[in-house]
Amino acid sequence: MSDITSGQRLGASPGPRPEAIKAIPVRHPGRWVSAILVLLVVAQVVYTILVQAGLKWEVVGHYLFQGLIRGGIVVTLELTVLAMIIGVALGIVLAVMRLSPNPVVSWVSWFYIWFFRGTPVLVQIFFWFNLNLVLPHLTLGIAGTPFYWRGPGTNSLITNFMAALLGLGLNEAAYMAEIVRAGLISVEQGQSEAAQALGMTRMLVMRRIILPQAMRVIIPPTGNETISMLKTSSLAFVAAVPELFTRGEQIASANFNVVELIFVVSTWYLFMTSILTVGQFYLERYFARGSQRELPTTPLQRLRRMLFTLHAPFVASIWRSTRAR
Amino acid sequence: MIGPSGSGKSTFLRCINHLEKIDAGRLSVDGELVGYQQRGDKLYELGDDAVCKKRSEIGMVFQHFNLFPHMTALENLVEAPIRVKRESRAVAVERGRRLLERVGLGEKMHAYPKQLSGGQQQRVAIARALAMQPKLMLFDEPTSALDPELVGEVLDVMRGLAEDGMTMVVVTHEMGFAREVSDSLVFMDGGVVVEKGKPRDVLANPQHERTRSFLSKVL
Repeated sequence: MSDITSGQRLGASPGPRPEAIKAIPVRHPGRWVSAILVLLVVAQVVYTILVQAGLKWEVVGHYLFQGLIRGGIVVTLELTVLAMIIGVALGIVLAVMRLSPNPVVSWVSWFYIWFFRGTPVLVQIFFWFNLNLVLPHLTLGIAGTPFYWRGPGTNSLITNFMAALLGLGLNEAAYMAEIVRAGLISVEQGQSEAAQALGMTRMLVMRRIILPQAMRVIIPPTGNETISMLKTSSLAFVAAVPELFTRGEQIASANFNVVELIFVVSTWYLFMTSILTVGQFYLERYFARGSQRELPTTPLQRLRRMLFTLHAPFVASIWRSTRAR
Repeated sequence: MIGPSGSGKSTFLRCINHLEKIDAGRLSVDGELVGYQQRGDKLYELGDDAVCKKRSEIGMVFQHFNLFPHMTALENLVEAPIRVKRESRAVAVERGRRLLERVGLGEKMHAYPKQLSGGQQQRVAIARALAMQPKLMLFDEPTSALDPELVGEVLDVMRGLAEDGMTMVVVTHEMGFAREVSDSLVFMDGGVVVEKGKPRDVLANPQHERTRSFLSKVL
């Protein structure tokens, strides 16, 4: 029986350091087998695409930077950016409305989200595209009363591009509303109390205290939505908007190199989503300030640190050897 | 103000700056009703703007600090003076600096709340309330969430404020501090004031049985 009060004083003299462990590591044959199996599948897929498929790679190369395709990229980016602006702006409004103490306001927001999330975005684009069939003119007020205003023709206002933009943007707003609402709810109650106690109005509290903190929760899914929007914008095809996919399809229907143009289009979508992923990292980092003691390092910082730690012993050894001499 | 948890101390404090709505009685600060306006024999509820204006004259310090985590210490201090009182940035920053120095955090001006210890955060929170130049300061258990070691630094700041003549209502479990600093002590239980008087009298010679049993456990 050892008595805790007798014997060596704890932590006083550590004694000799125990010998370092030198053991033979466990073998993992299963890992080798699974790795080889996976590589075989990958090799087969690559072989099929590159050799068996008989793709005309020169056609892919030719159209990759062709003028029509480049024009399509611009339209795709326009659609994505504008639809996301509509989506985020309207989404914030809808989220704030949803949390409003006014039941009518809250209910209208609930209905909007229910409707626009519950119907396919393709159908919504198609609806805006064909609105002029039932509503040739945009009107305001009640017909036959002095409170009536007949606006311009529907088709002059809702062009093909507009139809796609409305479909994509209004649909996105419903999704963004839920994302923003989750963000707003995630901010601690004490924050708005502290701000109110300082005499800040409800609007000011929302704008300066709640929203900036909610951003940390809102940004990651919004990044996903933007990446998703970039690809969903290809649905503008049904409204004959000359975006990337539509252009690719048009070229393919003229020269029958369908798969080659799918490759061209996909390459650009992949490239653009990759850029967005990088952008999302930096945006998340910006809004994380104050939420962590230290911000996550950027890839550039990590590279610099890695180079430094790699070089440090080397530099130190040179330094020492020159000093010795 | 002392009393067991759930006795209504915090709720009462929150009524003073209208974070909580009172539904009976009258509550006035500096001679003016809080949250309502008396015209003739009718009582009118105050609008948001008027309530906000009243609140801006009353500082409040919370148990969990509630600093704005996305702003540095100095930004926490200047936010309300600039946005609510419409002070110029230069004036607000100047006062902010002085206040942070006064609570002993001159070097932590540009630190985010997460980078500060609990005691430092609470001192920033006190400075933030003071930045609005309030007539009255409310403290809701300002040291209850702190490590015992850090309680002293916050109490020191509050003691300094009391010596400068700031009117303060403090909900606390620090009986020594209450005895030493306060002019009058209120004991609450079950939502009502059970006993009040000079701190020395109440603590040393409680009149009410409930007060006696509470004090016997905490002193």
